[in-house]
Amino acid sequence: MTTFSLLKKNLKKDFSLLKPIKIALLGDTATQFLQQALRGTGYNVDYNLQIWEADFNQIERQIFDPTSELYEFNPELVIIFESTHKLLSKYNKSKTENYSNLADNQLKHINDLCVGISARLQTKIIYYNYPEIDDSVFGNYANKIEQSFLFQLRKVNYELMIYAMKNPNFYLCDLSSIQNQIGKSGLFQSSVYINTEMVLSIDSLPLVAAKTVDIISSINGKFKKCLIIDLDNTMWGGIIGDDGLENIQLGALGIGKAFTEFQYWVKKLKNRGIIIAICSKNTEAIAKEPFEKHPDMVLHLDDIAVFMANWDNKADNIRQIQSILNVGFDSMVFLDDNPFERNIVKENIPDITVPELPVDPSEYLEYLYTLNLFETVSFSNEDITRTKQYQIEAQRAVLQTSYTNEDDFLKGLNMTSQVNPFNKFNTPRVAQLSQRSNQFNLRTVRYTEKDIEGLREQQDVFTLAFTLEDQFGDNGLISIIIQKKETRNILFIDTWLMSCRVLKRGIENFILNTMVALAKQNGFTYLKGEYLPTQKNAMVEDHYLNLGFEKEGNYWLLLLADYEHKTCYITKK
Amino acid sequence: MEKSEILKTVNDIFIDVLDNEDIHLTYETTANDVEDWDSLNHIQLVVAIEKQFKVRFTAQEIQSWSNVGQMLDCIISKGV
Repeated sequence: MTTFSLLKKNLKKDFSLLKPIKIALLGDTATQFLQQALRGTGYNVDYNLQIWEADFNQIERQIFDPTSELYEFNPELVIIFESTHKLLSKYNKSKTENYSNLADNQLKHINDLCVGISARLQTKIIYYNYPEIDDSVFGNYANKIEQSFLFQLRKVNYELMIYAMKNPNFYLCDLSSIQNQIGKSGLFQSSVYINTEMVLSIDSLPLVAAKTVDIISSINGKFKKCLIIDLDNTMWGGIIGDDGLENIQLGALGIGKAFTEFQYWVKKLKNRGIIIAICSKNTEAIAKEPFEKHPDMVLHLDDIAVFMANWDNKADNIRQIQSILNVGFDSMVFLDDNPFERNIVKENIPDITVPELPVDPSEYLEYLYTLNLFETVSFSNEDITRTKQYQIEAQRAVLQTSYTNEDDFLKGLNMTSQVNPFNKFNTPRVAQLSQRSNQFNLRTVRYTEKDIEGLREQQDVFTLAFTLEDQFGDNGLISIIIQKKETRNILFIDTWLMSCRVLKRGIENFILNTMVALAKQNGFTYLKGEYLPTQKNAMVEDHYLNLGFEKEGNYWLLLLADYEHKTCYITKK
Repeated sequence: MEKSEILKTVNDIFIDVLDNEDIHLTYETTANDVEDWDSLNHIQLVVAIEKQFKVRFTAQEIQSWSNVGQMLDCIISKGV
């Protein structure tokens, strides 16, 4: 647990090699300590937060004056901290008949600030929501009457969420939830406030700074993507190998409620796009049994991207999970009840986050809530499908490791492909691939949807579009070929491109077999290819050489009469 | 607790908070005598002292001391 004093000591350290981020901090109360805490916290996550702090209570002047220091500083990020105390003071000073307008007026004021900033700066804004002050003027009745301060305060917080939803560059830092976590007496200390105009207690500063820097990290692409979980006494109570399926604690058995609720939390993370992996010292079949058979398991095997249950070292297993998922160690979290295993992992993989779970499993969730491990600045339907993609990729990779040779692996994938000329159904995707493929693209000729429609009608143009499906899922349309009749004998390969998601599957062989058959059918003698180098397509420099074409000047020729059907493990559908 | 003993403890707190090994407080030391002892750091010192001795100062007390001796007397007055 860090303290303000420790954060302040960070300020004397060397920031010169850390990533600089320019931030403006504007507050209506004194923010010097917050500024120090932010910079000190930034140091711990390798940021050199260069914070320019506006003079106290200058928010409006800095924002509405185009010649202000704020605009001269030109920050990447603006943090605005308006306090509940100042909001209360606005309320106190307003006329009775205006009490009920406080929230609306405040929202309008906040919108004015944001519009003002956005007019002059391309920047993201972080705004603190309001911790609660109940002035106890109406008692519980405050909840029943619009003009109470508490009513207006909660309305501001609610409306701020709506506002944030509609404004992509506006982020809320949830100060209110910190108050909820540590209590009002933890967040605020009257003597500090009276003497310094600071509304945050010294002890709460590290928490507030951490919560703020979490957003900054997330904006800068640093966030968690993967949660790796142990099984015995983490996922359920007891040891599956010893206690057996009936006796592990889940649901109503023993302290099973703690584990069931923990699993619901993991399930929600999975649903929001966090990849879930298992790393457990167990026999795989036994470890999987609860997922398949236990009625109180919330998580099932299809929620898990990678399932590693064996007797190897956990650090090695996590390295393997990493290589399968191909996400950085710094974006992984590992949960294990056993301090010994946690230490092995921490010592071997320093970048991974390993929370020190409490000894009592009933405290797991409350503890994990406080860590704010899964900050994000975006959420879309893509997150959900991306998880699915990772799962499929993971299953493929697991299959690959179980085969000693490549051919067996490819055979085991059960790949099928649909081959069609361009048609009105595949035209949009064909055009999209033509626009976006850079690496596996021999000549990088770009075609729009309209161009593709034109090609479909031409007599001497032969087009092919390939899909690829395997036992794990459908990759959709992955490769396109456009060939043009050059002479009576020669068919020229104008376009050969392929999505990089499906490299190393022998698809080139399958495609060439198809091309040769088509060319022969139409009476050609040669296929003619060309490689036009770009900054990005070096991977296909030797493409035609590898496929057995002969070099002829700047071109590559394949004599169809000599062509031998190439081996591949793809079936035409 | 003896006043001199409290002075020693307070001295350690000053060294830690102000990150300065060279601080030697006496009863007569004032804020002007110690580098970085400004109004802002004063609050951090006060909160650290409160924690150490498990006492709470009133807002008024925090403003009232004119030297270290008076601060120590205030701590003693709280039964430390």
